[in-house]
Amino acid sequence: MTLHTLSVLVENKPGVLARVSGLFSRRGFNIDSLAVGETENPDVSRITIVVNADSSPLEQVTKQLNKLVNVLKIVELDPQVSVARELLLVKVRADRAARGQVLETVNLFRARVVDVAPDTLTIEATGTPDKLDALLRDLEPYGIKEMVQSGTVAIGRGSRSIAAGPSLRAA
Amino acid sequence: MTRPTPETLAHSARRARTAEPATEAAAAGRAAAPAVRQPEPVQLSGAASLVRSLEALGVDVVFGIPGGAILPAYDPLYDSAVRHILVRHEQGAGHAATGYAQATGRVGVCMATSGPGATNLVTPIADAYMDSVPIVAITGQVARPAIGTDAFQEADIQGITLPITKHNFLVQTAEEIPRVLAEAFHVASTGRPGPVLVDIPKDVLQAQTTFAWPPTLDLPGYRPTLHPHGKQIREAARLMAAARRPVFYVGGGVLKAGATEGLRKLAELTGIPVVTTLMALGAFPDSHPQHLGMPGMHGTVAAVYGLQKADLIVALGARFDDRVTGKLDSFAPDAAVVHADIDPAEIGKNRHADVPIVGDARHVIDELTAAVTAERAAGRQADLADWWNQLDDLRNRYPLGYEEPADGTLSPQYVIERLGKIAGPDAIYVAGVGQHQMWASQFISYEKPHTWLNSGGLGTMGYAVPAAMGAKVGKPDTVVWAVDGDGCFQMTNQELATCALEGIPVKIAVINNGNLGMVRQWQTLFYNERYSNTELGTHKHRIPDFVKLAEALGCVGLRCENAADVDATIEAAMAINDAPVVIDFVVGKDAMVWPMVAAGTSNDEIMFARGVRPAFDEDDI
Repeated sequence: MTLHTLSVLVENKPGVLARVSGLFSRRGFNIDSLAVGETENPDVSRITIVVNADSSPLEQVTKQLNKLVNVLKIVELDPQVSVARELLLVKVRADRAARGQVLETVNLFRARVVDVAPDTLTIEATGTPDKLDALLRDLEPYGIKEMVQSGTVAIGRGSRSIAAGPSLRAA
Repeated sequence: MTRPTPETLAHSARRARTAEPATEAAAAGRAAAPAVRQPEPVQLSGAASLVRSLEALGVDVVFGIPGGAILPAYDPLYDSAVRHILVRHEQGAGHAATGYAQATGRVGVCMATSGPGATNLVTPIADAYMDSVPIVAITGQVARPAIGTDAFQEADIQGITLPITKHNFLVQTAEEIPRVLAEAFHVASTGRPGPVLVDIPKDVLQAQTTFAWPPTLDLPGYRPTLHPHGKQIREAARLMAAARRPVFYVGGGVLKAGATEGLRKLAELTGIPVVTTLMALGAFPDSHPQHLGMPGMHGTVAAVYGLQKADLIVALGARFDDRVTGKLDSFAPDAAVVHADIDPAEIGKNRHADVPIVGDARHVIDELTAAVTAERAAGRQADLADWWNQLDDLRNRYPLGYEEPADGTLSPQYVIERLGKIAGPDAIYVAGVGQHQMWASQFISYEKPHTWLNSGGLGTMGYAVPAAMGAKVGKPDTVVWAVDGDGCFQMTNQELATCALEGIPVKIAVINNGNLGMVRQWQTLFYNERYSNTELGTHKHRIPDFVKLAEALGCVGLRCENAADVDATIEAAMAINDAPVVIDFVVGKDAMVWPMVAAGTSNDEIMFARGVRPAFDEDDI
């Protein structure tokens, strides 16, 4: 099974997220990550779903998603020609002795310190899931007190918008 | 039979939306609000707007029960031309709407209050979803400020019905009532039909609003594909001309698309054998020489083996349901599949499609006919003589049949067979779920579309009586027979009171074997004849006494206990047209439904009768 990133344009109406996420669990699919937000058009929201599936079940779930009346368009983003990012906030133990080394790691990953306490640093990082995993691996020895991660958001490279491009409507 | 096709409905909706003179729209101060019935917006309550919308949508009947949250709607309904039929249980309202829709092709409407009224609709909504029946369920909801507070009779019916509706709405303002109703009817009846629920809070019904008709639909994400792709059609025709063992596998989509005439032409043009699923009985005449019967768990040997040994299956509006395919891995191993369906998600869901075709069955069949004609003009045409020899041999050796019970009891199959003969092919037959349903599918000859209604996908016991009521309301001049079991009948017979009071003279044949017969059959075959909780006592104790029960519900009650009286009893029931009739057919409990492909096994393992496997000449097939 492989990870697939779906961008789903939906009507910006109450309950639409429940329809989309409910469909995945009902049809037996696990969502790896999910992120929702507004788009350039206030009537349209964009849901980015990363799902772990073989191609033939993925086609089935895509068709089922297309049947939802509030779903406007579905595009699968090819990792080769798209940019995908997650946001990570992590609170790391960093007393006087460790602080220098933690800051070095932060700089190495082009992350930022967004809050400082006497014994911890709170770090913000964005990047691909791989990069954030690597950052966490490096921070782990110092002691991770708390962390929170967003779902993946992704956008195609090049000048074309997905609203203009073709939809995933397999037959 | 005339019924609007999905396309004409969509077309008329489009036409209506663009028909209005611009000046009127300007005068009304609204964009694109053309006036068919109501030239200028008028002030009224949300409830009145709801009833006006139903009138404008051409609704002639609503099945329902009032209650607190929906009560405002019942006040304008009191003065409306829309007939409201007061049922005894909301489940009855839902199945009645389904029976109405299946018999007429029009959208069936049911109405209930919030909380328990709405949740009682859940089973019929799920039933309509599985069988793709266009119904609109209208429910009252607690007032908006009370939503989410666990208020009296509050249930999140929109959330509850998310997985079992084609779409559902929670109306937020009174202004949107006409648009939401129009959208609900449009979504329910176009594309692959299905149930739509409209939940309306009580304060929205009470609010003052304006009404103008028709509204502008706002469904940017809803675009059913009606016309098939020409390339796929040509490829399908090419395969059909080259196949040596082709079969048309016809499902309920052909009935819903009004494509039965076209199907007959296509079948006769090609000479290809036809099987019709449980949901498609009547789509192709049972008496037609090319009809092999029903495939699946209790299908004919010829239909099951026709699919199993086919080298080409042309599926039209069917969904490769597990009751048809048996063990999926071993289903029709040598067949290429042409799969035409209006729902793209059905194609490739269970079985890979070599030629996927998305489109309405009527267009698909018409275009296939043209493409096949072109193939034939080019001299390409299948020779099916060997195939037909094999199938005819199977038909002759393994026809549908039954044995008279050894204990001298009345044979249920005989009762159903006689009913079909006496009531004839013009009657509508409505079955419950179980042995009687299978026998009714096997031993009544269906010659015309929309004469066989049943709960196929969900398998809802209790479907028959209320669905027959709905069918009779929709087709008052047609004889409507429910063929029910004693188990099913005890789930929903309260609606006979509705039928008696509302002048809906349905006829009910209770095939009373004193048991939950299909479950008992499985206990006989798979549980060492340990009959755990399947005896209902309707024989041993005669509780309830169905004749007395019928009379108590305002119906005529008849009883028949031996073969000699069957015809006379049915004829007596046929002669009564001013009241519902119930016949208690007391039949033997040991009769079984054959042939049978046991659940989870391969169609190759079909049993013609208990312990009898059909002999197939493997060299021939």
